[in-house]
Amino acid sequence: MITGRRHGSGIIIFTFLAALTLTVVPLPEWGRIVRPDWVGLVLIYWCLALPDRVGVTTGWFTGLLVDLLTGTLLGQHAMALAVVAWVTLKFHQRIRLFPVWQQALIILVLLVLHQLLSLWVTRFIGRPGPAWYYWTPSLFGALLWPPIYMILRSMRRGFSVN
Amino acid sequence: MKLIFAQGPSITARLIVCMSLSIALMTMDHRQNHLESLRAGLSLLVYPIQMAVELPDTVSGWFRESLASRRQLQEENAGLRTQLLMLKAQRQKLEALEIENIRLRELLDSSFEVGEKILVAELLSVNLDPYKHQIVINKGDLDRIYPGQPLLDADGVMGQVVHVGPYTSTAVLITDTSHAIPVQVNRNGLRTIALGSGTINRLELPYLPNNSDIRAGDLLITSGLGGRFPQGYPVARVTAIQQDPGKTFAQVVATPMAKLDRSREVLLVWPGDFDITVPAATPTANQQAGADIQIVPEDAAGTDEASE
Repeated sequence: MITGRRHGSGIIIFTFLAALTLTVVPLPEWGRIVRPDWVGLVLIYWCLALPDRVGVTTGWFTGLLVDLLTGTLLGQHAMALAVVAWVTLKFHQRIRLFPVWQQALIILVLLVLHQLLSLWVTRFIGRPGPAWYYWTPSLFGALLWPPIYMILRSMRRGFSVN
Repeated sequence: MKLIFAQGPSITARLIVCMSLSIALMTMDHRQNHLESLRAGLSLLVYPIQMAVELPDTVSGWFRESLASRRQLQEENAGLRTQLLMLKAQRQKLEALEIENIRLRELLDSSFEVGEKILVAELLSVNLDPYKHQIVINKGDLDRIYPGQPLLDADGVMGQVVHVGPYTSTAVLITDTSHAIPVQVNRNGLRTIALGSGTINRLELPYLPNNSDIRAGDLLITSGLGGRFPQGYPVARVTAIQQDPGKTFAQVVATPMAKLDRSREVLLVWPGDFDITVPAATPTANQQAGADIQIVPEDAAGTDEASE
């Protein structure tokens, strides 16, 4: 009964793959200040749009791929993204009603949450704390939310993913 | 029709399962390194992504090579030939010295291994966690890479391999905060440990007493004491020394010799694994040189014994 209605898994997977690619695409030194958390943004979008399909498990698995790609401790981003997905799912009905700029503020909180959880893990295993610009990617991510939201929404409608 | 209520376990239950799994994974990954095979298997999943990121670079490289003019290639060829000739000339002398060194050490009953097996690998242009100094190389388990293997570039030690996948491996650089490398001062053999500082052009030597004989400009080479890095490769050059009489240890800072953030080709070394093909290139000359050298120390040893 479910199989007939589920449509467009390919698009969801494609957006996640694109986000993962952008996460490791080589950038100069300023990359670490500017590069937003692409995977987090895509995950939050799909959690808001299709909460019955994309959720904690998807978040966890993509997080695991981020860990593998970026060479962090296995499970570090997985845990953080699972928590982000959980929070998004908890509030998705409320967030969906907000105008986009207001959503961006909540996205900022969610992205900071991802970074904070990730930072806790790195501090826990005894690595030194980063400089202030550790947090700027979240800011850029939140600023990028409106265009990303538009693009992903048009993709979802265009390919009738539901 | 869309279901309002999701099916299966609730999201909170899923979160709890995912979090416990993550914590278990992290603990195992950090504490016991039991996850090497799992990591190697999973790295296959991300290999296509790494290749996709690498693609523009590969294509542009291919274009650069195939569209280069004949003259450019000839010039490059000539330049490389000259360089090769010069390196060969230097090597001739080095080989004789190497044999002599081995023979002298045999007389002293100490073992010394030279002539390691070497493999050239290339960096993949993927950006990793910006707060860790790691690189990905395009050689893996299929090329017999192993965790802990030393990594060099043309100028010095770069780091060591930490994770090995089937086609790619991850290496940590000597400047990573979690890395330490046993070194010695080339001038006088003073041994110490160089720690990574988290800054790409800076190593710290915090365990040298204030009165130790070290100067700015000293070359630090691997001491081979950790058993991981082969002896005698350049690591860093001392740049600054601060001797505060109130402190027990001097603050010594060094700059890595290897071009950690610029090298694209890296060398993987198998310490103690003799590469038979390279020294065997001119076997007769070596043996003759060795034989010539052999006579002198034996005579000297004989006279010593006689005098006693």
